[in-house]
Amino acid sequence: MEAAPKRRRGEAVGAWLLTLPAVISFTVLLLLPTLAAVAMAFTDFELGVWPPAWIGLENFSELLADRGFRQSFANTVIYVGLVAPVSVGLGLAFALLIEAGTRGRAFFRAVFFLPVVSLTVAMASAWQYLLHPTIGPLNSLLRSLGIAGPAWLSSSDTVLVSLAAIGVWENAGFNMVLFMAGLTAIPRELREAASVDGARSAWSRFRLVTWPLLGPTTLFVVTITLIRSIRVFDTVAVLTRGGPNRASETLLYTMYTEGFTFLRLGYSAAITLVFLAIVLLLMLLQTRVLDKRVHYG
Amino acid sequence: MNAAPASGPHSGPDSGPDSGPNSDPNSDPGSDPDSGGLSVERAQLALGGQPILRDVSLHVAQGEFVALLGPSGCGKTTLMRVIAGIQSADSGRVRIGGRDVTAAHPARRNVAMVFQSYALYPHLTVAQNIAVPLTMTRLNGWQRMPVLGGMMPGSRAARAAIQADVARTAGPLGLSHLLDRKPGQLSGGQRQRVALARAVIRAPGAFLMDEPLSNLDAALRVTTRREIVEVHRRVGAATLYVTHDQSEALTMADRIAVMQAGEILQIATPEVIYRDPVNLDVASFIGSPRINLLEAMAGESGEVRAAGQPTPLRTPARGPVTLAVRPEDWVLDPDGLPARVEHAEFLGDHMLVHLRIAGAPVILRAEAGLRVTVGETLHLGFAPERALLFGADGRRVAAEIREPARA
Ligand SMILES: Nc1ncnc2c1ncn2[C@@H]1O[C@H](COP(=O)(O)OP(=O)(O)O)[C@@H](O)[C@H]1O
Ligand SMILES: [Mg+2]
Repeated sequence: MEAAPKRRRGEAVGAWLLTLPAVISFTVLLLLPTLAAVAMAFTDFELGVWPPAWIGLENFSELLADRGFRQSFANTVIYVGLVAPVSVGLGLAFALLIEAGTRGRAFFRAVFFLPVVSLTVAMASAWQYLLHPTIGPLNSLLRSLGIAGPAWLSSSDTVLVSLAAIGVWENAGFNMVLFMAGLTAIPRELREAASVDGARSAWSRFRLVTWPLLGPTTLFVVTITLIRSIRVFDTVAVLTRGGPNRASETLLYTMYTEGFTFLRLGYSAAITLVFLAIVLLLMLLQTRVLDKRVHYG
Repeated sequence: MNAAPASGPHSGPDSGPDSGPNSDPNSDPGSDPDSGGLSVERAQLALGGQPILRDVSLHVAQGEFVALLGPSGCGKTTLMRVIAGIQSADSGRVRIGGRDVTAAHPARRNVAMVFQSYALYPHLTVAQNIAVPLTMTRLNGWQRMPVLGGMMPGSRAARAAIQADVARTAGPLGLSHLLDRKPGQLSGGQRQRVALARAVIRAPGAFLMDEPLSNLDAALRVTTRREIVEVHRRVGAATLYVTHDQSEALTMADRIAVMQAGEILQIATPEVIYRDPVNLDVASFIGSPRINLLEAMAGESGEVRAAGQPTPLRTPARGPVTLAVRPEDWVLDPDGLPARVEHAEFLGDHMLVHLRIAGAPVILRAEAGLRVTVGETLHLGFAPERALLFGADGRRVAAEIREPARA
């Protein structure tokens, strides 16, 4: 009669002991740094100025007034607005083409997946060469057609579009692989039933079966692509450094310059919080609002 | 039955009183391919180097119900897929409603198919599932658009007509109260009926069903059999019904096509298939309990001896033959073959007695009142006009009655 509660307590202690390593590493590696960043965002912490003072929401009101930050925010929105739809669309198109094709599946899959496994920073120099205004192959090609190509990465008119193109190249292959996994989960019999039921064209079968059943995959791909493209940093840092004249500064790049060039860690932390809020909002949107509408019991 | 002339062959692959008007067990009453219905001519198919269909020919007349019966993996589903056009055969032709559709897209063949897994669209409601064959043919691409479609000219009237047709089809199948559910919220039997409704909502030229009852429990299977036969009567299309369950084939079909290893062995009415099988495979596949097989020997003048004893049969064949007797065709006969009782099963209205004749296991289906004790020896004769003989190659050989039945 008495042994039972005692044993239950023993079990609870054992359970805590077993989860302790996970709890400790979670706390030290994730929770504390995040909390530190959150706390820092409400201080005027600058490297070399001690002690930092608590300044409440001042960093955030400064952000709102900061034209540089507003431009960086707008740039990020434009970049994401270009990269996400195009790379999701291309990823789906590639996946469908590879699925439908009979030959060279492995080859095409490897080709499109290459950007995912290659190092962006290393590939960036290849892009720099490709897009070079005078010696780059792209402009040579345009010249041979009688078109004067722009200075892709150093003109403020084209720099965001150029970076977005590289972003599409980076993301489309990854999305393709996700879509291919989603496609294999759709029973072949459903598409066959659709053709027997009168869906004559590939397009009508796509509309009747593939697209609706791909819903959960598409939602996941869209969310992942949004988050991946909001995080754009390496191509900006390597190819343009936010230039010319801040025309290609993005959220993470601004955070980086504020924190590591100007050493204003408090201000940089505030930008981090804005970034985190956006990412969390996207994830919430995925799990709460949309998830319910695309899953079938 | 006891006055069969000794000389006249009473049964055999080519003739017999049981064959009725179908003197040839493989005869096709409506084998004129222009008469409509469904026909497959000499279909061959190999997949991955394996022959799956070997020269399959089959005709289902308009309004006829043919069961395609065969063990798992014999190529039944593959044949269905070839007829529906989902799979193309290496050679051979398919005709539906008198039209050669060998090269036609599935959508243009006017076939309806119930898949073994039902293949319902999980994201559509029951009503939408049933309506798909109609929306696909009656609405154009613009009218099918999710929101805009409703505003397209003619869309509203067409959609209303489709709704009415869905209600008309769903009613008799007991689906009226389920129209707003998704397939995931239905039981197996309800899903099966949705698949059936989706198949019959348009008037198909041919109606294919791939083991539609195999996922249902035993009780539901028996009631659904009747429903399917009724649906078939209403629709009147040439129906090919795939099953590996012989009792389904025997009870439902006008004719049965017995398939094995990619070949159709025999196509005939259930009675002919049961009484007059063309070979040993068909004979042993049909009938439950299985037909009893005894090794026998045809002597110099064709007289058949089994278990070392003479039998009333004579055959044109010589040498080793197989004597086949259905469990219900044994009679207790003091001059018959000695059989040791091994075990008896009481089944209410009848009983099954398991015995051995010269080491070979046999089953006797007897009146429930028969008293037997294990270890006892019975003497079994058989109704000679019902016994079957097969040659060493498994093909049927004629069995003639040597002398007017004794006793
Ligand atoms: N795509 C395929 N490639 C190779 N073999 C196949 C393929 N599809 C089916 N088969 C083989 O064909 C045979 C017949 O299959 P199926 O028609 O499904 O049989 P049933 O429906 O009579 O059970 C099986 O042995 C199966 O393994
Ligand atoms: Mg099958």
